[in-house]
Amino acid sequence: MIEEKFDAIVIGAGMAGNAAAYTMASRGLNVLQLERGEYPGSKNVQGGILYADMLEKIIPDFREEAPLERHLIEQRFWMMTDRSHTGMQYRSDDFNEEKPNRYTIIRSQFDRWFNKQVQAAGAIVISETTVTELVSDAYGKVIGVRTDRAGGTIFADVVVLAEGVNGLLGARAGLRPTPKPEHVALAVKEMHFLPRETIEARFNLHGDEGVVIEAAGTISKGMTGMGFVYTNKESISVGMGCLVSDFAENDETPYGMLEVFKKHPSIAPLIEGSEVKEYAAHLIPEGGYKTIPELFGDGWVVVGDAAQLNNAIHREGSNLAMTSGRLAGEAIFQVKSRRDPMTKQNLALYKKYLDDSFVMKDLKKYKDMPALLHTQAQNFFLTYPTLVSKAMENFLRVDGTPKIEKEKASVRAFREKRSLTGLFGDAWRLARAWR
Amino acid sequence: MSTQAARVEEKLFQNRYLVDQGKPHIVVQPHTTPSKNLLAMTKICPAGCYEKNASGQVEITPDGCLECGTCRVLCEPQGDIVWNYPRGGYGVLFKFG
Ligand SMILES: Cc1cc2nc3c(=O)[nH]c(=O)nc-3n(C[C@H](O)[C@H](O)[C@H](O)COP(=O)(O)OP(=O)(O)OC[C@H]3O[C@@H](n4cnc5c(N)ncnc54)[C@H](O)[C@@H]3O)c2cc1C
Ligand code: SF4
Repeated sequence: MIEEKFDAIVIGAGMAGNAAAYTMASRGLNVLQLERGEYPGSKNVQGGILYADMLEKIIPDFREEAPLERHLIEQRFWMMTDRSHTGMQYRSDDFNEEKPNRYTIIRSQFDRWFNKQVQAAGAIVISETTVTELVSDAYGKVIGVRTDRAGGTIFADVVVLAEGVNGLLGARAGLRPTPKPEHVALAVKEMHFLPRETIEARFNLHGDEGVVIEAAGTISKGMTGMGFVYTNKESISVGMGCLVSDFAENDETPYGMLEVFKKHPSIAPLIEGSEVKEYAAHLIPEGGYKTIPELFGDGWVVVGDAAQLNNAIHREGSNLAMTSGRLAGEAIFQVKSRRDPMTKQNLALYKKYLDDSFVMKDLKKYKDMPALLHTQAQNFFLTYPTLVSKAMENFLRVDGTPKIEKEKASVRAFREKRSLTGLFGDAWRLARAWR
Repeated sequence: MSTQAARVEEKLFQNRYLVDQGKPHIVVQPHTTPSKNLLAMTKICPAGCYEKNASGQVEITPDGCLECGTCRVLCEPQGDIVWNYPRGGYGVLFKFG
């Protein structure tokens, strides 16, 4: 068994854990990283969009080697009813830049690469090892971990908990609660394979250009949820997610909803004839700012999804995970270089870095959104999409009805479904939560 | 078996697993009548691992588990189940994720 004592143990080799381990190892710290998967990435699921800026701050020249799928030049937002979608679309040739801003990635492959960089930076990485327990001293300071491999405690000055949304260790040690069903979404996802020329033709792409579609509306049956379609080089990721609390109250199954989404007349032609090679499911933290737990303590810090650092409104998670991992690593390095102990007081530096970063600023900005979308789900995901679709149809269908009557009908429909105060109230609440 | 259960089995068939034989990582606690959330798992579990048996109890066969944690969030706090990760290296092995 491992006899030496490490400067830091990192639990998990996802985005947050890899960022933390890389940051510390490349600064000369003696780092042990433990991952329960067969290899780093084999347990991890994402849509997934990679935001370049946050990785650049860790590995500036990642574009040369990282397994990237397509750089995104177009985003589509679709508001869906059962038979239609009303879309907003943004496409720009400016996204075909030398250093593109967003890429699609395949997580299992990406994490494996990222972790190779961690190893090259000098960290010891052990996979196929589940950490089963945090070990504390008599004063409650975390001093190491136990795993499901033979041998006793492995000791370290500090433990970085990068264990993802199902952070069992932190919850069992009483460092944070188990997430509530209304604060996590369950997403199911399939990988649909098609020849790359077919994908490029269907989505109007050249070379490595890519498109993503984010869809919401009646597809989630009145629950707080979203569907997505992301283009990879030779595959399309198709998925659907809803709050767990909503699933618990409804009759829908997650795979049933995914099937309905895939058969939607706007989606089906895009994936027609594809070969499905994998079906995955994963939780996404969606509680936002108000659900962020204690982030540091004596001998430990928590980063990424385990700390609910996820911006569901913008569908950003990995970048918050990477940034929190990097900042935790930098803070630990600072404390270490001053030869100070890894006490709660000293590790508060991590929280300070995080507060000064986009991570906390963005999450604070949207602090009221999760609750609003949850309590108003029926309106935002059923009523409004239906009304908008009806209004669009009224506007476009030429059938001899005078335009003024069509317009009045659309307005009437809105007011019938939702009182004027209701409409204004929703707009006001949305605007406030967005601010 | 319902058609939906059949459909999810077809989906799981695409995946790779290394099952830790005889060591299920999720265990349902003995009960006579399942709680509302535990019963809901027969519908919500994305891998269809939960099933109601003939005498009305909810059982789990976690071989096809995707390790999402939905049942943990819904059922562990009330003590309906005990949820652990599989032993290192076992469980679902995503090629793409
Ligand atoms: C369907 C879906 C789509 C998404 N789309 C996007 C997107 O487009 N863009 C975006 O930025 N984010 C997206 N996200 C969110 C993003 O995937 C997460 O925010 C991100 O993966 C969090 O990284 P993490 O390192 O905190 O956790 P994870 O990536 O979950 O990593 C945790 C790691 O810890 C390991 N682990 C856990 N417990 C133990 C233990 N006890 N012992 C050993 N190892 C352990 C796990 O095996 C895992 O490797 C999406 C998420 C989902 C589910
Ligand atoms: S963790 Fe997810 S896939 Fe596994 S049994 Fe629970 S709900 Fe089903």
